[in-house]
Amino acid sequence: MANTETQTDTQIEDESKLSLIEEYAPIAKDGLWTNNAVFAQMLGLCPLLAVSNSVVNALGLGIATIMVMILSNVSVSLIRNIVRPEIRLPVFVVIIASAVTTIELIIHAWFHELYLVLGIFIPLIVTNCAIIARAEAFASKNTLGKSFFDGLMMGLGFALVLVTLGAFREVIGIGTLFANAHIMFGEGMQWLTIEVFSDYDGFLLAILPPGAFIGLAFLLAARNLFEKKRKDKEKQKKQQEKLTLEASAV
Amino acid sequence: MFLAQSSPYLKPDLNVSKMMRVVTLLMVPGILTATYVFGYGVLVNILLAIVFALSFEAIILYLRKRPVRVYINDNSALLTAVIIGVALPPLAPWWLTFVGVFFAIVVAKQLYGGIGYNTFNPAMVAYAILLVSFPAQMTTYWQTPVMLLSHVDGQTLSLLETVQFQLFSQLPANVTMDALTFASPLSIVRTSVLSGAATIGEIDAQGNAFGVFGGIGTEWVNLAFLAGGLFMLRKGLISWHIPISLLAMLGFLSLLFGSFELDSNPSPLFHLFSGATMLGAFFIATDPVTAATTPRGRIFYGAGIGALIYIIRTWGGYPDAIAFSVLLMNMCVPLLDYYTQPRVYGHKADNDDQEQP
Repeated sequence: MANTETQTDTQIEDESKLSLIEEYAPIAKDGLWTNNAVFAQMLGLCPLLAVSNSVVNALGLGIATIMVMILSNVSVSLIRNIVRPEIRLPVFVVIIASAVTTIELIIHAWFHELYLVLGIFIPLIVTNCAIIARAEAFASKNTLGKSFFDGLMMGLGFALVLVTLGAFREVIGIGTLFANAHIMFGEGMQWLTIEVFSDYDGFLLAILPPGAFIGLAFLLAARNLFEKKRKDKEKQKKQQEKLTLEASAV
Repeated sequence: MFLAQSSPYLKPDLNVSKMMRVVTLLMVPGILTATYVFGYGVLVNILLAIVFALSFEAIILYLRKRPVRVYINDNSALLTAVIIGVALPPLAPWWLTFVGVFFAIVVAKQLYGGIGYNTFNPAMVAYAILLVSFPAQMTTYWQTPVMLLSHVDGQTLSLLETVQFQLFSQLPANVTMDALTFASPLSIVRTSVLSGAATIGEIDAQGNAFGVFGGIGTEWVNLAFLAGGLFMLRKGLISWHIPISLLAMLGFLSLLFGSFELDSNPSPLFHLFSGATMLGAFFIATDPVTAATTPRGRIFYGAGIGALIYIIRTWGGYPDAIAFSVLLMNMCVPLLDYYTQPRVYGHKADNDDQEQP
């Protein structure tokens, strides 16, 4: 089985030279930025676009997605050596569906108002391709600790984009931040709501679905611009180093 | 010494810059009529839109590292700005124009690649976004038409007061918003007929929606734009396909449905001479960048817009529908162009089903 081979390979490598930070830092960077579920892989766009109309909604779905990702990654990693490759996908799907159902019941029980707002999008987490992609590409080939960390980081990366988009849409759309904070944090947290612009007429487009597409497009454009600038800088640096090397050689 | 030159050897008399300028100038009669009917707000809107549009265009061209002067001089931003200025409600606050022009020039035009590359008509993108985002301002800030002033005890603003209201939203002490504004003929007809409150005959008897032949007030604006449009046709600035098929389709549908239920359907003349029908048919739908390019495609394109206008006006959620109809048909343009390629001279006609007449 290919899985076990690669796994033992990496284990040997790990034990031989990599320290803990060296081992886990790339996973964090991958999940949060380089291989971000939204920015790089463009996965899970449906819940992203539908629920990002306010920070609280985005945070709710973001946290739910993180939980599901951790649960599914850990379970898949635990059984990775038992499950035959021929039937691995149905098994993953069952695991993810059970994780989502658990989370849904938890939200239903303790955050009922949030449950009413998020509605269909909680069970729909199961269709978020980012989750099965991580189970297949990472958790089925890596150790328990690493899979847990990868689930956390991938989920965080997704949640961060979700919250960023939610914040932009909420500020532009209705001029507040953390409106309805009580449905997530309880009545005592009403003070969290910030009125960014007072006496604001509201810009409905940002709240409506087209606003999600336009907002995501601007976020992606900003990320691409940043990446391009960084790459250009690196290239320049390399060239300069080469030049100085050549000069010193001469 | 001979100058080496490649084709084309004959320079066309009309370039983009000149064409856009002439089209803008031909809107002047319509603009003046609208100013007479709806007050000075129309002029303020247009002026604001032009200033915003040229600034946005210059800034974004600079950011995109394109030659600013060349592209500013093609006058396309000017035409877009004038169309937005006319289309907006005459009492629109300045930020409404600002947001609209931003979406038109920056998002709908330059982010798609600038003139020649935009899929959607920039002015109509702006209008649709504003209508969706600020429904209250977009539908109620229409000043009472001058013909109705005595009939409904309306009030009007001087030029200075208009500027003051649009820039600082300050009204003179004795003027109220209710007296200043009046629902457009199309929305009166729509709301009364939809709710079953009044039949067409009863609305007519009230005398605040129907004018001599079209919607009160807007009929003269439409007539002025029709005159400008016909002049464009005569000059060969636009081909006849789009406006004629649009107006024919709209007239045909309103005649068809109007002949069944006279009580709930206004006459074809009302549909043709109210709202922004003529402005849309001659100045908006004919935008050379976003309209269909083949002759047959243009006929389908115009007819599609005409049908959508009637459908949305009668059964849709908005009183007027030029923006949504034009945008929806903009999406169909690649398809229309693909299936309506004319036969190249000297080639046999294909017997594919796509080429059947």
